[in-house]
Amino acid sequence: MNDELIQLLGRANVLIEREDLIPYSFDATAVLKQIPQVVVFPRTAAEVSGVLKIAGRHGAPVVARGSGTGLSGGSVPTPGSVVLCLVKMDRIVELDARNFTVRAQAGVLTQAVYDAADAAGLFYPPDPGSMKVSTVGGNVAENSGGLRGLKYGVTRDYVMGLEVVLADGEICTLGNKCVKDVAGYSLKDLFIGSEGTLGIVTEVLLKLLPKPAARQTLLATYGRMDAAAETVSAIIAARIVPCTLEFLDRKTIHCVEDFTHVGLPRDAEALLLIEVDGHPAAVADEAAHIQKLCTQNGATSVRLAADAAEATRLASARRSAFSALARVKPTTILEDATVPRTELAAMIRFIQETAARHRLDIATFGHFGDGNLHPTFLTNERDADEMHRVELAMGEIFTKALALGGTITGEHGVGLAKKAFLRDQVGDASYALLRRVKRTLDPGNLLNPGKIFDL
Amino acid sequence: MSAAPSLLKSLDYSVLQQCMHCGLCLPSCPTYLETGRERNSPRGRISLMRAIADDELGATKAFADEMAYCLGCLACATACPAGVDYGTLFETARAEAERSGASSTPMRSFIRYFSLRVLLYRPWALQLQARLLRFYETSGLRRLVRKAGIFALLPRRVGEIERQALPIRAKFSDEVIGLLEKPVGEARHRVAVLTGCIQDIAFSDVNRATVDVLLANGCEVATPRAQSCCGSLHVHNGDLETARALARRQVDALDPSGFDAIISNSAGCGSHVKRYGHLLSDDPAYAARAAAWSSKVRDISEWLVEIGFRRPTAPGPGATPTSVTYHEACHLCHGQKISSQPREVLRSIPGVELRECAEATMCCGSAGVYSLTQPGTAMWLRDRKVAHIRETGAAVVATANPGCQLQIQQGLGDSAGGAVRVAHPVVLLAEAYRSEG
Repeated sequence: MNDELIQLLGRANVLIEREDLIPYSFDATAVLKQIPQVVVFPRTAAEVSGVLKIAGRHGAPVVARGSGTGLSGGSVPTPGSVVLCLVKMDRIVELDARNFTVRAQAGVLTQAVYDAADAAGLFYPPDPGSMKVSTVGGNVAENSGGLRGLKYGVTRDYVMGLEVVLADGEICTLGNKCVKDVAGYSLKDLFIGSEGTLGIVTEVLLKLLPKPAARQTLLATYGRMDAAAETVSAIIAARIVPCTLEFLDRKTIHCVEDFTHVGLPRDAEALLLIEVDGHPAAVADEAAHIQKLCTQNGATSVRLAADAAEATRLASARRSAFSALARVKPTTILEDATVPRTELAAMIRFIQETAARHRLDIATFGHFGDGNLHPTFLTNERDADEMHRVELAMGEIFTKALALGGTITGEHGVGLAKKAFLRDQVGDASYALLRRVKRTLDPGNLLNPGKIFDL
Repeated sequence: MSAAPSLLKSLDYSVLQQCMHCGLCLPSCPTYLETGRERNSPRGRISLMRAIADDELGATKAFADEMAYCLGCLACATACPAGVDYGTLFETARAEAERSGASSTPMRSFIRYFSLRVLLYRPWALQLQARLLRFYETSGLRRLVRKAGIFALLPRRVGEIERQALPIRAKFSDEVIGLLEKPVGEARHRVAVLTGCIQDIAFSDVNRATVDVLLANGCEVATPRAQSCCGSLHVHNGDLETARALARRQVDALDPSGFDAIISNSAGCGSHVKRYGHLLSDDPAYAARAAAWSSKVRDISEWLVEIGFRRPTAPGPGATPTSVTYHEACHLCHGQKISSQPREVLRSIPGVELRECAEATMCCGSAGVYSLTQPGTAMWLRDRKVAHIRETGAAVVATANPGCQLQIQQGLGDSAGGAVRVAHPVVLLAEAYRSEG
């Protein structure tokens, strides 16, 4: 098979040396690791199609991958697999400033899409934490979120069209530049968030927005978690939709302060970072209103950025949260249990109780506006006893999230890490439907087998 | 393979484990940028190191090649959210590659022995070689040899190396700097200056300028004679043993208790000597002293800002205003996290307009002896750097490391466009002080 792949793609685009395969045996998920059989770098949809046909003939599974920044093991190779790495398909094909769209190959970095839009006075809102590294193809495959979810939604909300290579090598174009289009099933939606199990996304057509003219940033601290939650409720009740509404818990605040020394109060139970954007007048009005609501709901301090430099400083507390947590222990496991916004305070309290019950370090931060939390386990994968307790705690947290009407994953995907919990969330009938869709599109179970669910 | 235990296995495993393979290092890595292959990225390299520590991989030739391909620029350490100590991993991995002998050939072993254990170990040997080279460069011999086309007859590498030969100064540091120089008026600080080895023979003017600006800022300056190499090139090239011997020698030669600071003006040396405490941490006789020694080390720009240096009242000689762009030496910005201070020094000079260049923190390809060992990648990075410098239209590019200075000088010389001066920030500051009259 490797010879056929070399013939198709050229020697430089097929990796088979052990020293080349080991670095492709993982993504950004902790612990999970599997060495693939071969790694290939196609440059066109036709080459992707050729790879799928060759792999199909040899019965080798195909695992698509961008920059390997996934957090659920979605692009961790399966045994004997061909890793289809799309980073060399990295061309922005077209930026259409009149129709507000950008067409990019799957391997284009998310940041490059943002920058291209920005240069044209436009705005691509989805901003996953890894956007400087992640590829748009990967974002579509995982339906990635980010900090702007509350106001701007997630990757799915920006996909207008896709070029997809099916398991049998057929190349399909789905969707177009029309805002309105009801011709046939909305098949592109089937592939968004399909984690490489239904087809290989090779090109994406993305929607852009006008760039907001103004932005304002506030930072508020609280002595009680509930006060922070009530502030959020009050902001929403006032019909204000901030573009960012981020939250840090006590443990995260401590780690951030240890790391950055920016002067966060160590007795704070919660911290909110709030950003509003839009027309300058509306932004000023909303920021003032939010400031009042924070104080009314018991904030111990509220700071409104005087200028862009101060806004950056205020935002740095949230931005450095992950860095601060990642250095505490050798293993950092970032989860993304998500609940309806109204249940957030209950969920955060439950996570803190669970950490105490299992004697674990769990710091929680996340997107308060859209209910997407990041309980972050600070642990050591070489400590078998502690890892067992991590597993128990994680199970309890997922169960609780479901009991509160939430989801096991808000933005990281199911991959390998959350397979065991999927049926509990979606129920038997939906679970069976997922499998039927998979069997229909990929009867040979060639594409990323064993991810999301087992057939 | 030697029977000694694998260095990567005896390394504290948590250093390897600290990498959570998030990939945020990828866009910062020059070699990943060149190839797009994970193996050529920081997290890929760490996964190979970890595979060796886990007995899943031997220290193979491919592994040794990979470690040789890494620039050791530490841009990944700046990008890393988890604080992975890539410097230690890289030095250990290079030493492991050498220990395994995977790349060893008689010629390579001889060159390593001669350069690391003779030239860069004995100051007199380096100076002797420098004097020979100076004779070659200034006597007309070089012109003669080049004109005669002798390099066309030799392997291409020989010609490339000859082209990269250091421009040797007419006078070395000890000839232009006194053992002890006192400032006018009362001395507010007492400092020692490290003259380096390459800096000493190729840029003794930078050392002189360093002493001048220190004097102008109330520092009494001691410059010990016949200093040896700090060992930075040794750790960078997998010779930890010689590096430790040089560190001990340096610690013995200079008692830090007599000084407020030990000043380095070469990013590579400064970054390394700040880690003597770490390098000798397993040596009971030296650990504490080495740590005390390292804690006194300051880069010259860092020190000037720390003591609140005096802003010059006159610009340097030459046309004013002058546009200056700043190239950040890897071992200053990534190795020592010093970024704002050199810019502060530059901005303090009347008439200087600082123009930022793109990718200022990306390696220029010099990286110790990398331009000799990996000429292809080194040239690619050099030309990329020079293009960014030329885009700014600046008349001067400032940088604080001898390797970068040579690399950029050569790159500018080889590229189309007007003359651009390459200078250490402290040289520009010294000129400004001098022109005050």
